Amino acid sequence: MMEDRSNGYKSGSNLERLIRAGHFVVTAELGPPKGWQREVIERKAKLLRGVVDAVNITDNQTAIVRMSSIAAGRILVELGLEPIIQMTCRDRNRLGIQSDLLGAAALGIRNVLCLTGDHQSFGNHPTAKNVHDLDSIQLVQMVARMRDEGIFQCGEAIKGGGPPFFIGAAANPFGDPFEFRPYRLAKKVAAGADFIQTQLVFDIPRFKEYMKRVVDMGLHEKVAILAGVGPLKSTGMARYMRDRVPGMRVADEYVERMKAAVAGIPKEDKAARREAWRAEGIRICVEQIHQLREIEGVAGIHIMAIEWEEAVPVIVKEAGLYPRPTVGEAVLKT
Amino acid sequence: MIVAEQKPLEEIKELIADAERVLIVGCGTCVTVCFAGGAKEAAILGSTLRMATRLDGHGKAIDEVTVQRQCEWEYIDPLEARLDDYDLILSLGCGIGVQTLAERFPDKPVVPGLNTVFMGLPVEQGVWEERCQACGDCILGLTAGICPIARCSKQLLNGPCGGSQDGRCEVDESIPCAWQLIYERAKALGRLDKLLEIQPPKDWSKSRDGGPRRVVREDLRLTHRVAEVAGGER
Repeated sequence: MMEDRSNGYKSGSNLERLIRAGHFVVTAELGPPKGWQREVIERKAKLLRGVVDAVNITDNQTAIVRMSSIAAGRILVELGLEPIIQMTCRDRNRLGIQSDLLGAAALGIRNVLCLTGDHQSFGNHPTAKNVHDLDSIQLVQMVARMRDEGIFQCGEAIKGGGPPFFIGAAANPFGDPFEFRPYRLAKKVAAGADFIQTQLVFDIPRFKEYMKRVVDMGLHEKVAILAGVGPLKSTGMARYMRDRVPGMRVADEYVERMKAAVAGIPKEDKAARREAWRAEGIRICVEQIHQLREIEGVAGIHIMAIEWEEAVPVIVKEAGLYPRPTVGEAVLKT
Repeated sequence: MIVAEQKPLEEIKELIADAERVLIVGCGTCVTVCFAGGAKEAAILGSTLRMATRLDGHGKAIDEVTVQRQCEWEYIDPLEARLDDYDLILSLGCGIGVQTLAERFPDKPVVPGLNTVFMGLPVEQGVWEERCQACGDCILGLTAGICPIARCSKQLLNGPCGGSQDGRCEVDESIPCAWQLIYERAKALGRLDKLLEIQPPKDWSKSRDGGPRRVVREDLRLTHRVAEVAGGER
C-alpha cells in the first residue's frame, strides 16, 4: 500500500479513489447470513459485482448474531468486490476493535464504517451485556489516529505503521433533536470521517433542510455524504417504518403509493401483490435517487435493500448509474 | 438514594426453604424511603411468609427487626445477641446491607429479600428513576447536569444516537432520551458550545471496570491518627 499512500490516498480503496475523482458513488449493503455458509455471501456478491463501488457488510445488524463482518468482507475481497466493513461499539471494547481492525487491514479490507450499534434489546440476545466503551465519534477518532499517526488509542506505536483505512460514519438526519444533527455530523468530520452514509431517506424535504444546514457549515467539502435509500417491499413495511422505527421518518406519500400499487389485486393473489409492490418500491427508490442527486452536497447514494440484494442492480441501472466508473487500479491488491 | 424492589414471594420462599427460624432484617434508610425494605415492609413480608409457609405445610418461625442502617457496623452489631435463635437472616437491605450482615456474622446464612436496582430519586410518588452509575469520574459539568452514563442507554458521550425521536429513547418509549434533555438544557443555559467539543474516550478504570473500588482517607483513619500521635510523642 506504500505506493497508494505515496500518491496521496489515505487507503487507496476504490471508494476513496472514486470520491477523490469526483464521481457520484454508489454503495450497497450486504447482510451476512445467520450461519456460516460462505455460499450465501458468494451468491449475494455475484448480484452486486460491478454494480456498486463498495459493499457494506453489516456488523450484527439490529443486534442479531450473524457471520462476522470482517470474515464476510474478506470473502468479498477474494471475489474481487470492495467491502466496507461495519464496526459497532456495542460488542467490542477498544482492545477488541483495534485488534479486529488490524486483522481486517491484513486481510485486504480498506473501508470501515464506524457505528454506535443498535441496542441489544432489539436483537436475539436481549439479555446480553453491551460494551459501549467508546461511542461512534470516539471510534472514528481512534481509527483516524491509528491510520494517520500510527498509534493505538493508548498512544503506543503500531508496529509497521498505521492501517490504511478509508473511514466512514453514519448520520441520521431524521433523529432528534433535529437542530443538533448537523453539529453531530460536524463532530464526526472533526474526528476524522472521510465519508458519511445516512439513514434511509423517506422524507426528502426534511433531508433537504438538513443538507442545507450541512452545506452552510461547509461540511460537504470536507466529507463525502452518501444519502441512504432502499426499496420498499410492501405497504406494511412502509407503515412499520413510518410508525414503529425510532429515528425514521417516512412521508405518507410513500405509504399511499405502496397501497395504491396493489389496488384492485385480490388479497389472495399474493404473488401478483408482491410483484406490484416490489415494482413500485423500486420505482420510488429510483425517483428518490434522481431527487437526491440534485441536492447540493450529496456525493453518492447508499442502497440498503435489506434481504433483497437482487433489487440493487435493477435500481442502479434504472437510475442511470451503470456502468460504474473506474479510477486507476480499482481492484485492491491483497 | 439506593432504590430496590422486593423479590417475588416464590423466590424468597425458595431462598429460605432450608431454614426453620428466620430473622427478617429491615433497613431504616434508603429502602425505607423507596418502600421496599423498611419496618413496614418487613412486617408485611413476615406475616406473608408465616401464612404462606403454614399453608405449604412447613410453618416457619419468622420474626422481624429493622435497623437504622444495615450498611454500618455500629447499627448491626446489636443484632448479634439475638442471632442464636435463628437459622437464617433474610435481609431487606440493599446489596450492601446483605453483605455487611454476611461479613459481620460469618456463621449465619444471609439471603437477600430485595433486588437492588439503582441509585436514583423518586421523580413522583411511586416512580423512581436512575440518575447515577458511580462511574468515579463525574462529567455532569460537561453535560448540563444530566448524566449520559446513567441515562443514555448506550452511554454515549458525544451526542444522541440515531434512535432518538420525539424526546424518547429507541430502547423504550418510557425512557426520555438523555441527549435530548442535555441538548435542551444546554441550549436554555446558552452552553451549547460544550456539546460541540469531542469528548475523548472515558477512563473506565475509575468505574467498576478497574475492579472493586476503595476510598481511603488517611486523614480520617483512626489507626493512622494513632500512629501520628505516637510519632509525635517520640
